[in-house]
Amino acid sequence: MNKLDSKFGDFGGMYVPELLVPALDQLEQAFLDAKEDPSFQKEFMGLLKDYAGRPTAMTLTRNIVSNPLVKLYLKREDLLHGGAHKTNQVLGQALLTKRMGKTEVIAETGAGQHGVATALACALLGLKARIYMGAKDIERQSPNVFRMRLMGAEVIPVNSGSGTLKDAVNEAMRDWSANYDKAHYLLGTAAGPHPFPTIVREYHRMIGEETRAQIMEKEGRLPDAVVACVGGGSNAIGMFADFIDEPSVRLIGVEPAGKGIHTKEHGATIVTGTKGVLHGAYTYIMQDKDGQIEESYSVSAGLDYPAVGPQHAFLAETGRAEYYAITDEEALNAFQLLAKKEGIIPALEPAHALAHALNMADEATEETIIVLNLSGRGDKDLEHVVKILGDKL
Amino acid sequence: MSTTRYADMFANLKAKNQGAFVPFVMVGDPNKETSLAIINQLVESGADALELGIPFSDPIADGPTIQKAGIRALRSGVRTQVCFDILSEIRNNHPTVPIGLLLYSNLVLANGIDNFYAKAAAAGVDSILIADVPLREADRFITIAKQNNIHQILIAPPNASNETLKAIGEKSDGYTYLLGRSGVTGTETAVEIPAAELIAKLTQFKVAPPLLGFGISTPEQVANAIQSGAAGAISGSATVNIIEANLTDQDKMLADLGSFVSRMKAATLL
Repeated sequence: MNKLDSKFGDFGGMYVPELLVPALDQLEQAFLDAKEDPSFQKEFMGLLKDYAGRPTAMTLTRNIVSNPLVKLYLKREDLLHGGAHKTNQVLGQALLTKRMGKTEVIAETGAGQHGVATALACALLGLKARIYMGAKDIERQSPNVFRMRLMGAEVIPVNSGSGTLKDAVNEAMRDWSANYDKAHYLLGTAAGPHPFPTIVREYHRMIGEETRAQIMEKEGRLPDAVVACVGGGSNAIGMFADFIDEPSVRLIGVEPAGKGIHTKEHGATIVTGTKGVLHGAYTYIMQDKDGQIEESYSVSAGLDYPAVGPQHAFLAETGRAEYYAITDEEALNAFQLLAKKEGIIPALEPAHALAHALNMADEATEETIIVLNLSGRGDKDLEHVVKILGDKL
Repeated sequence: MSTTRYADMFANLKAKNQGAFVPFVMVGDPNKETSLAIINQLVESGADALELGIPFSDPIADGPTIQKAGIRALRSGVRTQVCFDILSEIRNNHPTVPIGLLLYSNLVLANGIDNFYAKAAAAGVDSILIADVPLREADRFITIAKQNNIHQILIAPPNASNETLKAIGEKSDGYTYLLGRSGVTGTETAVEIPAAELIAKLTQFKVAPPLLGFGISTPEQVANAIQSGAAGAISGSATVNIIEANLTDQDKMLADLGSFVSRMKAATLL
């Protein structure tokens, strides 16, 4: 039986082949043991500080918000080594891999950020990484593919299905079911079967904890809202975790509306979705009436995923967190605006959250402090954005 | 009361000193009409029972062969309801052959669990195995299976703990799907014949008769499986490979399937 609760209300669980249950149990046990082991904690905290660069800065924007009632802070996960928040939990899981005596790491990646984080952690800790990536994503994120290979990871293109993140997850799970004895599946988001949603949250929760300390220092009070983009939901749950029990703090997740939620081309799972099972968890998913999984779409590969972490599903259903959707066009505008006004090029993923935060700022009629989780930097997106915007710049 | 077709089959085979040969194909592969002809051929050529898949977009327990079978069926427009139509026809043609479904949980949930099992029962299905529902998530499916007189089949993996085997013995009947190896479906990696120790444990925990599956593609493997103590063998990807190899020539496809099943069945004679 599970030692930790495997569900968030009805959401979550372990909808995987029986074959994988012992591997998930082993992971749960390793996670629990590591939590009580001061030497593990010391190594993890040491890597976060001296290798990855924590704590990350929190920046008050100077020019992008015109409403004088609003202060918009950016939690600068874009400054973390690797260029996104992903490095946090990857270091934690890579240490767990070693603790379990495993020498290989299997991972999936969408935007390539999780792949890059996995590759760097495996290079550092002497693990052999193989990373599944949808063929379509390889095309739109080529700089990250090169980064992964440079750091010694094997990148395996996935052509099955839609050739995006969901298919990469399928392939990673298939690989794991043959190789769990020597390989750890280093899942990259707060989704999938238990215990992944819990482990990924706990290994990202310093984002919210640092935010709390930094905002208390700067403002002497908690923020009115924290805002983060949601694909699978790892950066958002890392930001939310420390504020869930603070009812005065609105938790706001922003999903990709793609070409509009009235079209089929979006990835707004919670905003439009129905419930079902994908990749081992019962959660909100995109599907047709027969239960076939539908392909998601977003300009941002990291949000292009037809399911969402089960804790987000639970936070949405209980009303504790709010979820909205932002289109490609709105995100691209916010992307350019942050570059022009603040000298920061964000990844397209948090550009979705930024677009929503700017809408909130425009509409505010009283003093409001918002913290946006700027979960990654935009270098990886430049080639793709140039193709879209061309000489409109 | 669940149907007795599995119990009857195992009793008949035992009397004849034979094991069971159970081919797997995807319902609706490559299309409704051909699929019906294929499944009829399997039974007529000696299949003791049928294990049938319902096509799903994201089959995480399947290798490339079964994935492609699902894609062919989905592309020809086969969805769950069409599968039930096909199953009803198969049941009419073959009243005594045990029919098992092997599928993924989201197809069941999308219909509503009650509704899905009721439709399956109406179509003459004897058992349901959900590839991504391990023992730990199985209780609510087992309850509804019982209400609909369907056997819920559980998987005994080679790495199963005593606790898991004990629970399988207590909770499932019909047959037990004994995994011949780790990994996903496919002939790329051959079955490993289960250790005598594992078979002894299955007997100790009184699990339903074990059918060995995953990586079985030759008569020798079938014979070895049965000699090692399995009640029979399931062969999926090898069967589906014959469909894939003959998509442009249905006569040859059916002839090749017929001779494959005859050879595999012949290997079940102890």
